[in-house]
Amino acid sequence: MADFSKLKADFPILKQKINSKRLVYLDSAATSQKPKQVISAISNYYETYNANVARSIHTLAEKATAAYEGARKKVAAFIGASPEEIVFTKSGTEALNLAVHLIASQLNKGDEVVLTLMEHHSNIVPWQVAAEKVGAKLRFADILPDGRLDMSSLRNIVTNKTKAVAVVHVSNVLGTINPIKEIVGIARQAGALVLVDGAQAAPHMKINVKELGVDFYTISGHKMLGPMGSGVVYAKKEHLEKFPPMLTGGHMIKTVTTEKTTYDDVPHKFEAGTASVADIIGLGMAVDYLENIGMENVRAHEVELAKYALEKLSKIKDLEIYGPMDAEQKGGVIAFNIKGAHPHDVAQILDSDGIAIRSGHACAMPLMQRLGVESVCRASFYIYNDKKDVDALVNGLEKVKEVLKLK
Amino acid sequence: MYSEIILDHYKNPHNFGKIEDTDAHAIDYNPACGDEVEIFLKINNGKVSEVRFEGRGCAISQATASMLTNEIKGKAVNEIAKLDDKFVFELVGVNLSPVRRNCALLSLKVLKLAAVNYFKE
Repeated sequence: MADFSKLKADFPILKQKINSKRLVYLDSAATSQKPKQVISAISNYYETYNANVARSIHTLAEKATAAYEGARKKVAAFIGASPEEIVFTKSGTEALNLAVHLIASQLNKGDEVVLTLMEHHSNIVPWQVAAEKVGAKLRFADILPDGRLDMSSLRNIVTNKTKAVAVVHVSNVLGTINPIKEIVGIARQAGALVLVDGAQAAPHMKINVKELGVDFYTISGHKMLGPMGSGVVYAKKEHLEKFPPMLTGGHMIKTVTTEKTTYDDVPHKFEAGTASVADIIGLGMAVDYLENIGMENVRAHEVELAKYALEKLSKIKDLEIYGPMDAEQKGGVIAFNIKGAHPHDVAQILDSDGIAIRSGHACAMPLMQRLGVESVCRASFYIYNDKKDVDALVNGLEKVKEVLKLK
Repeated sequence: MYSEIILDHYKNPHNFGKIEDTDAHAIDYNPACGDEVEIFLKINNGKVSEVRFEGRGCAISQATASMLTNEIKGKAVNEIAKLDDKFVFELVGVNLSPVRRNCALLSLKVLKLAAVNYFKE
């Protein structure tokens, strides 16, 4: 088992004080902090081998290309895919847009796409835009009162009209871990493709896209210790070969004449323009860092923290938690509200004690509507958090009640 | 930031509610927070004779709406356009971080929209 108490030293940002208090960072579901190994990989690239990849034949370009393609191999191995099935994008949202674009190229009027009510906006809005263009229809599977996906609702709306099922692997609000293999089984019976938004899953647990059996899987690099500017689409090679590119121009071609262009092989066909090379190399280093700890250990650490936090938070009077109460069934994300306190006021008062949480609709407004709330407070954990951070949150919430005179 | 006055206006907002036969009204949201403020005006001889608001959101956004609606009763509608951010910050009377300033400014934005709507009609 990795010694998690020592990992914190790798994160320079966590050494600072906020409002003269120890920084307690509980907003990793928004973005994770970066270990010095990742930061060094980026500055080392700019300081010693910055060059455009896959173009020029000189030493720096060779080195940059090798590092960029090396990152592709690392990410592929990290999720059980082949390197040619990995397309780099600039964010998780861009990754989802690309995956939706690929599937949408096959959509026709009257076709249906099944989503869930716990999707992040980035797995809703691209579908709305795509569906409107061709006259396709979106249908949403409901959630159960405990925040799990209502599988019978999903089964009911997956029909022979369904061309794709697009679901989040781990909810960024409820923390719910969706049963992807079972969902793939239901989709396959209808002949539908499956897209999974893994932004909150890949950073926190072992993923194997082949075992899951999905067609598309998307990742946000900055939520898994990597830099902002890095995103990933996994797609089965057969899909990448068949579907058209989203961005076109430099880098993605084989030949261009004034009449016609032939595209490069996959995955390069989907990577038009200069990539965020330094960030992708940084993402490769983040993968190394996580593999070194072991994803099973990462998951075990977060289950332990979530269990402790659920136990402590559920003892606070007038505090309501949204999502599964069993830590084994959820990621390290806990959304809650304190009666009579708006999440922004809660977050503001916690910040005065150096505690950083998310407050707001968490980019999941349809879920907020389903829960009957405008917004939530959200605490999320990662490898550098410990039980002391949970204790700080619990004490901070008591202070919130005092400041807002809720006692 | 959470002064007695702010908390009092937040928990017991003044001028809260709707005006059915309104002369001007507007609604807007703060997308970052989900704060919502809707303002209703009755106007007589070019002056605000009655004002009410409805809304949901954080203490700052709702308390400001309460305080601002108090201030504009009796004011000429064409003076509303002249109210600036500083006016609101002085009204709130506490130090706000740049992000929270948007919470405070929402009700002024809605009030100005309502005035614009009045002149349009």
